[in-house]
Amino acid sequence: TKLDDSKMAGAEGDDSLYPIAVLIDELRNEDVQLRLNSIKKLSTIALALGVERTRTELLPFLTDTIYDEDEVLLALAEQLGSFTVLVGGPEFVHNLLPPLESLATVEETVVRDKAVESLRKISQEHSPVDLEVHFVPLVKRLASGDWFTSRTSACGLFSVCYPRVSSTVKAEIRQHFRTLCSDDTPMVRRAAASKLGEFAKVLELDYVKSDIIPLFTALASDEQDSVRLLAVEAGVSIATLLPQEDLEALVMPTLRQAAEDKSWRVRYMVADKFSELQKAVGPEITKTDLVPAFQNLLKDCEAEVRAAAANKVKVFCENLPEDSRETIIMTHILPCVKELVSDTNQHVKSALASVIMGLSTILGKDNTVEHLLPLFLVQLKDECPEVRLNIISNLDCVNEVIGIRQLSQSLLPAIVELAEDAKWRVRLAIIEYMPLLAGQLGVEFFDEKLNSLCMAWLIDHVFAIREAATCNLMKLVEKFGAEWAQNTIVPKVLGMANDSNYLHRMTTLFCINALSGVCGQEITTKHMLPVVLKMSTDQVANVRFNVARCLQKIGPVLDSSALQAEVKPVLEKLATDQDMDVKYFALEAISVLALA
Amino acid sequence: PLTKYVTAMSSASTTPPSVDKVDGFSRKSVRKAKQKRSQSSSQFRSQGKPIELTPLPLLKDVSAQEQPELFLKKLQQCCAVFDFMDTLSDLKMKEYKRSTLNELVDYVTVSRGYLTEQAYPEVVKMVSYNIFRTLPPSDSNEFDPEEDEPTLEASWPHLQLVYEFFIRFLESQEFQPSIAKKYIDQKFVLQLLELFDSEDPRERDYLKTVLHRIYGKFLGLRAFIRKQINNIFLRFVYETEHFNGVAELLEILGSIINGFALPLKAEHKQFLVKVLIPLHTVRSLSLFHAQLAYCIVQFLEKDPALTEPVIRGLLKFWPKTCSQKEVMYLGELEEILDVIEPTQFVKIQEPLFKQISKCVSSPHFQVAERALYYWNNEYIMSLIEENSNVILPIMFTSLYRISKEHWNPAIVALVYNVLKAFMEMNSTLFDELTSTYKSDRQREKKKEKEREELWKRLEDLELKRSLQSDGIIPT
Repeated sequence: TKLDDSKMAGAEGDDSLYPIAVLIDELRNEDVQLRLNSIKKLSTIALALGVERTRTELLPFLTDTIYDEDEVLLALAEQLGSFTVLVGGPEFVHNLLPPLESLATVEETVVRDKAVESLRKISQEHSPVDLEVHFVPLVKRLASGDWFTSRTSACGLFSVCYPRVSSTVKAEIRQHFRTLCSDDTPMVRRAAASKLGEFAKVLELDYVKSDIIPLFTALASDEQDSVRLLAVEAGVSIATLLPQEDLEALVMPTLRQAAEDKSWRVRYMVADKFSELQKAVGPEITKTDLVPAFQNLLKDCEAEVRAAAANKVKVFCENLPEDSRETIIMTHILPCVKELVSDTNQHVKSALASVIMGLSTILGKDNTVEHLLPLFLVQLKDECPEVRLNIISNLDCVNEVIGIRQLSQSLLPAIVELAEDAKWRVRLAIIEYMPLLAGQLGVEFFDEKLNSLCMAWLIDHVFAIREAATCNLMKLVEKFGAEWAQNTIVPKVLGMANDSNYLHRMTTLFCINALSGVCGQEITTKHMLPVVLKMSTDQVANVRFNVARCLQKIGPVLDSSALQAEVKPVLEKLATDQDMDVKYFALEAISVLALA
Repeated sequence: PLTKYVTAMSSASTTPPSVDKVDGFSRKSVRKAKQKRSQSSSQFRSQGKPIELTPLPLLKDVSAQEQPELFLKKLQQCCAVFDFMDTLSDLKMKEYKRSTLNELVDYVTVSRGYLTEQAYPEVVKMVSYNIFRTLPPSDSNEFDPEEDEPTLEASWPHLQLVYEFFIRFLESQEFQPSIAKKYIDQKFVLQLLELFDSEDPRERDYLKTVLHRIYGKFLGLRAFIRKQINNIFLRFVYETEHFNGVAELLEILGSIINGFALPLKAEHKQFLVKVLIPLHTVRSLSLFHAQLAYCIVQFLEKDPALTEPVIRGLLKFWPKTCSQKEVMYLGELEEILDVIEPTQFVKIQEPLFKQISKCVSSPHFQVAERALYYWNNEYIMSLIEENSNVILPIMFTSLYRISKEHWNPAIVALVYNVLKAFMEMNSTLFDELTSTYKSDRQREKKKEKEREELWKRLEDLELKRSLQSDGIIPT
């Protein structure tokens, strides 16, 4: 073949022909990794070959000879999406279609999806004429392929060519899409259903009504729930396209039916898309239809559905029409919410806990105190830590409305319990809220009730907790100031330098790393530095090299006399340490601090 | 594009990863043990009013003429479905339905002349009302069939009897498929197949028998059933990776394949290559691998010419990182080699032994060991011996290196035996390979270096061109 000739030529030293020789060799290599490397360098090769030889030799070679591992095909599909320049620009972009067409028919979904993505991308680079001459025929071939994979791929290509073709071709495209919506294979119907909304957006309104609506209705009552649930999402997109007066007749009957579908998966989807749906149908239909539907979803027999609906409580209430918002919430939504607080399923309660606090801004002070506060308190005592955490993590919403003091009595036991939870991820989560809580509860409350917790975390047996505790101290100092630090936490931190456990001694160093910046030069030089320097003679090498690292870290906070007089000699000594890590970090610190 | 669908299919989606599911400190199985066996059921959407059934006389207490009529009435009563999640409701009626179902089971087993034409739609209706339902979401966030206890169907006390009754009905001597096919149609079968996703192994077991009977008796539904199973598998492989009944469906297919007429239809071959082979890629392969391998071997015994595409398929999907799966693949490959024809063996020996050579040098000793066990298989040994001039050069480098380098002494010992076997098989070639081992390695290293240089030149070239095109250096 021509390509093999060029390999020969390459061997004779013609520079320009080297690339192709390498490619051929590597594409045939037994090692997948090497084949993959050469595919990933395809653009380099094409660049070296020039646009003409890329078109006439490289692309046909790729189209004909590629039967490979999916990983290689995936890389190829991706590369071809940005190959337009390399084949000579938009004028020649259609040369990329043959290899992408065969990639769009392979079995492996990720390869196919990538090929479709690349096809969508390069479709924009086709001129309207080329689109009709080259691209649309490809879409039609895929749409009428034998095996389901090509038909599935076709579904994603209609919407990108539709806006830029003549009305005859448009009619053909609509026809092909219709056919795929009633394909015999559920995989294809699912692909069509998932692209229905996108396709509707590029259609003329009349065709949305005459073509899309019947397809939507049919897919929404498909025998497979996996198809029906995809139609729900399409329904939301379609609803945004239609004028208000058509919604009731054209989409609402189907959406109502979906909200009461016998499959929980479909109901789940409705719950999951509820905010989008609410926006799409507008305030009137929301009042008449969505409010009762939402109540049903909150009371659904499947926990999955209730949890999805519970997640939407705040957004749904927020977006209710202002004139009747409070009435609807108080009479229709709140009773359901009250039941969910003691749901049997923890995921439902936890979903609710993550949004329920948001209701207080909507309902105002009096309603919050009277109706919501009792619910918060129940959730703060929930047996599931996640529920409590979700409440605590959203305290700021309540703080704005009624002030946190109302809650503090119940808050404290909840925080203490979470702080001592057996699961370290729970402890980690509560630590992360400490700065926020401290800010809202104020310094006095903090010193009295929470400070000891924060210090206890420093000696937790899990490193991630000690690390988070260190970072927490830094944030607290940012909030309460250096003076507060010097009086309350610095002495305790420095005290740990004498602990018999080397991990605790190291914690002192980590805390100093974090705190020196926020505490400032004076505290660092006067209080922290002496402790660090003293630790340079620790018998554990890990402590010593952390001293070196710590000095490097706090160096910029110190003045030059302290650096020269105190830090330098210690680092020099550590640089001659027996342990190679200590040496390494000491030398690094010397060079970073320019003390050499 | 289908991620939305996939998300909704897996129950993990509703909730953010929960703190207590990801704690590294307690083993999943330990925590699970404390929980009570979970039960679930998705049948009952609306908590309705209590169900009242008027007790009917026993079938044996009425005259023969009255029996068909009474039989129909009882079938209609059994259409009432109870809520078993609520353990306190309708206790009396639940018990009444249970005893009625029991009576019906006995009745269809022993009675004669009961199956009037009117009874067929009523039987199918009763069965449909009871068994067809949307399966509930899985209880645990990420249900792992290997570790987690399955969620059992709460309404099993009734459901089991309904299945039992249906099977007896299908197996009854009086059963006439020509009448039943009006009611047991494609829609019925489709719903039946969806139920194979049930987490309850007892239910899947009954379903297997039911589907098997239907496949056997309704010739007109066979192609449809096969096609729908195809769809379920393809969805499983390419979309969800979740379906509980794969092993059961494969078991049925095993016997279906057994009955295929020769020559095999294109449809069946396509099923093998496009569905069964890709099933090997699924993460939960271990749950149905035995059944899958059985199906594959059935195909090869039918038509040995399929050996090459099958083995090439397995090689294409060979696990890259999962040693456990690699061991399974090796096991299946041995089953295939056990029935391979020598003419087929010659066609695939090269790619096959390149893979085996990689497995033998796997640092995971179970993989290496499993591959080396091939040399204990007499039939495989005889094939290797016949083709030692091809296989020995492929295997030699790996074997030689492992004999010097592998960390596991048991593997080294096995490799010595294999080397010894090769030496006895073909001593001339063996000596030749031993003597050229060093120079071959050097040649390989040189080639490696050349490749690096080629790539480097290519990159330089690219750099030069881009500089040229930027006008930085003149063309």
